[in-house]
Amino acid sequence: MTEQTEPVPARPRVFLVDDHGMFRAGVRAELGPTVDVVGEAGTVAEAVAAIALHVPDVVLLDVHMPDGGGRAVLEAVRQTHPQVRFLALSVSDAAEDVIGLIRAGARGYVTKTISATELADAVRRVADGDAVFSPRLAGFVLDAFAQRDNTPVRDPELDLLTNREREVLRLLARGYAYKEIASELFISVKTVETHVSSVLRKLQMSNRYELSRWAVDRRLV
Amino acid sequence: MPPRFGPPIGPPAPYPKLYRRAEGRILAGTAAGIAEHLQIPVIFVRVTFAALLVPAGLGAILYAVFWAILDVDPADRARGKGSRNLGQLFAFMGGAVVLAVVLAIVGVSGPYLLFWFLGVVGVGGVVIWRRADDGLRERWAAITPRNPWLAMMLARDRTATTVRLVGGGLLVLVGLIGFLAATGELSAIRDGLLFGAALLVGVGVVGAPWLAKIVTDLGNERRERIRSQERAEIAAIVHDQVLHTLALIQRSSDDPREVARLARGQERELRNWLYKPTASPTERIAAALEAAAAEVEDTYAVAVDAVVVGDCDVDERLLPLVLAAREALVNAGKHAKVPTVSLYAEVEPEQVSVFVRDRGAGFDLDTVDGDRHGVRGSILGRMKRHGGKAEIRSSPGDGTEVRLTMQRGAVS
Repeated sequence: MTEQTEPVPARPRVFLVDDHGMFRAGVRAELGPTVDVVGEAGTVAEAVAAIALHVPDVVLLDVHMPDGGGRAVLEAVRQTHPQVRFLALSVSDAAEDVIGLIRAGARGYVTKTISATELADAVRRVADGDAVFSPRLAGFVLDAFAQRDNTPVRDPELDLLTNREREVLRLLARGYAYKEIASELFISVKTVETHVSSVLRKLQMSNRYELSRWAVDRRLV
Repeated sequence: MPPRFGPPIGPPAPYPKLYRRAEGRILAGTAAGIAEHLQIPVIFVRVTFAALLVPAGLGAILYAVFWAILDVDPADRARGKGSRNLGQLFAFMGGAVVLAVVLAIVGVSGPYLLFWFLGVVGVGGVVIWRRADDGLRERWAAITPRNPWLAMMLARDRTATTVRLVGGGLLVLVGLIGFLAATGELSAIRDGLLFGAALLVGVGVVGAPWLAKIVTDLGNERRERIRSQERAEIAAIVHDQVLHTLALIQRSSDDPREVARLARGQERELRNWLYKPTASPTERIAAALEAAAAEVEDTYAVAVDAVVVGDCDVDERLLPLVLAAREALVNAGKHAKVPTVSLYAEVEPEQVSVFVRDRGAGFDLDTVDGDRHGVRGSILGRMKRHGGKAEIRSSPGDGTEVRLTMQRGAVS
């Protein structure tokens, strides 16, 4: 995963992809004051074309859509515009959806019940190149990287979490905000973000059986 | 079980059924099975079969008929011993050689020959009709009551079926022709046979498309039936729950809290139905905590974000933990005055930890009245009594977090 460090404008340019028009309208209204919504699309083909046209900072991506879903958009766009970042947004928090999208390259995952301010925060964080974990995603990751006696560890760099990363994920799963985690662990918010980004990298790169199993369940390897 | 008085009376000993034995068999286990049934050493049975070979190979016919009729002992099959092996193949080859030698020496003639051919016809027929188990045959009959053979061809393992059909058919054909030839009727009905064969080919050519259509229709029909069953199940869920909830939401549309509560509850139900394997809340801790969260959501109209990592059985140590966590959720639902509460639980090899957190009103632990039973009795006291730890962090205006830890028992 390459870390993009180019300057990001104060108001991130956001593109919405969701097959429910009502939901797009709602998100647009909610995010309106804090970000620039540059466009929206309801189908995979429309989305791929329009994202290539607008090149937004962040794409809010629905997981479940006809014609291949968010995953299809992600793959098509990443080939041509790797600088576009994706935040997956879905009603489903089933493990295979979450892990599948993250492994395909999304930098975060939140559920659609998220509040407007939290969503705006998440968009800003993804635009800055950081990762966004919902409490449930943090729980999944802890579960997937749990120490089991019979788990082969091929690459300790990728297949294991450090104690600090584990602590950060636990607090995320307990519903702590980044600022609260920082003060709880006596570290800076920036360090918290670094830990979460490194967990995201492991989540995307590791070959742990638990991760590939979830991906295989939906044929997403 | 009915109450018993006096000495226990077991069920009557089952009438011993004749089976082929997979254990200790040489050929197909027929002799071994008969020996066990008659409770005599198996060597006697084998010698009898061998001796009966002398009158025109009668022993071989008898053996084949027994083989075709008898089932493998289900007990053997349950132990995974029913499958064939290479030793049997050699035994069969040896048996065939012996049979050929015996027949060459004693010669076969007259009425014995008729027995032979009738035996072959019978074995052929049985081979076609017996496919491993009765359950399968009933299924075939159920698929197409009027032509079970058609269903048989559609059944799952087609290779085995084809082998059996062709092999059995050949046996029947050879036996019939031989029988007719031996009785001297063959020449008489040869023209008839030819005619019959021609007729069969003709009917085959005419009927093939129709047969093919029936086969496809049958497959389509089965798929359609499965699909409509699934649809019926979904319709039941939608009708019983979703429509009901939507009606309730319309009726209470002036009460946003109630609407949120209804929507949240329905969402949970659907999610559980769609994504989660169901586990009993009385047995598994993840299910127990999620059930507690659901109950609090329903009662106090708050959203509980429950995240559980790992899972284990609920035992007498962990039950108090679940109850204390539930109490903490209830307190948050009642007093925090915020729309969401977080529940996080992690099952580790040595301990289980539960965290209940809200960003609500908070309170000063020192000023809690002695009669506030919830916090002191149901959380702190309960955890202490059962050897666990409970810690409450709260300050007015800054939310509350309840941390519960319980060591796990020796068994994992």
